[in-house]
Amino acid sequence: MAGAAVLGRLTWLVAEAVDVLTETPRTRTLVLDVPGWTGHRAGQHVDIRLTAEDGYQAQRSYSIASAPGDGRLDLTVERIEDGEVSPYLVDDLLPGDRFELRGPIGGYFVWEDEPGGPVLLLAGGSGIAPLMSMLRHRAATASEVPTRLLYSSRALGDVIYREELDRLAADGAGFEISLTLTRAQPPGWEGYERRIDDELLAEVAWPATERPLAFVCGPTTFVEVAASALSRLGYEPARIKTERFGPTGG
Amino acid sequence: MDELMLDGNAVGGLLLEVFAEDVTRAGSCCDACGATGQVGALRVHSNAPGVVFRCPRCDAVLLRLASDGKRVWLDLRGLRHLELPRAG
Repeated sequence: MAGAAVLGRLTWLVAEAVDVLTETPRTRTLVLDVPGWTGHRAGQHVDIRLTAEDGYQAQRSYSIASAPGDGRLDLTVERIEDGEVSPYLVDDLLPGDRFELRGPIGGYFVWEDEPGGPVLLLAGGSGIAPLMSMLRHRAATASEVPTRLLYSSRALGDVIYREELDRLAADGAGFEISLTLTRAQPPGWEGYERRIDDELLAEVAWPATERPLAFVCGPTTFVEVAASALSRLGYEPARIKTERFGPTGG
Repeated sequence: MDELMLDGNAVGGLLLEVFAEDVTRAGSCCDACGATGQVGALRVHSNAPGVVFRCPRCDAVLLRLASDGKRVWLDLRGLRHLELPRAG
């Protein structure tokens, strides 16, 4: 495949928004049509480039939330108040609008159903997006790998894909979800109500002896705390895959 | 902790401007401490004119990438080797 290497070079493509779905007050899912798109694997991301009229360009990375077999490309974007790109994508973009995009990117943070231990997914805020692609892929392929998700949000209203996650957890296919709400909890809340720590992870995570494969995605501080806690629980470093969003994501 | 830190995986798009294949899955070996891992798991600092990849174990600089828009400079001196899947 000598020629494929050249063809494999990333080129900027034109994405058109065909639909825009409000997920929470701060997040929207952009359903995109991208002529020339070659498909992706669960967990990968794209780079987006916006160009202003004066030629100024801003570039950011966003995870793909749809599953590889969905036949569509969905990005879930959270508004960062002082960001350069996300306020446009979340507040202003309309169906029919276009922007530049390249991908798929990042074969390292990819889940494929392989023989091995159970899967642990740790999401902080909009870090759920690439993990949702994995969960959708898992459901679409009827995978039975035991999977647990621990999802940390500020409040219940900030939980993205809540109904779909509940549905996936209710179908008895070996997927369990734990939520922790770090700032506000509704009356009668029975889930966790603090930032993740060693004790919380010890309760939720698979025992290290089962050789779990962990995917951790969220703000840098969240990922740092979660990954180091998993290390202390005995998880193998090579089986803790991390994807840090940085402080803002922009 | 540096709150601006990312993973090597996050700058996979930039790496694809230089390498013909996705190297986030490539094996890396730190020349300073000998730690092996994957490029996608390296610590990345991109809040600078260039991008700096550091060893997650000993923090040594493994790889630096800078561009002026027309050319790219790639400094690999901190890497003992890269292990790339062979095409085909």
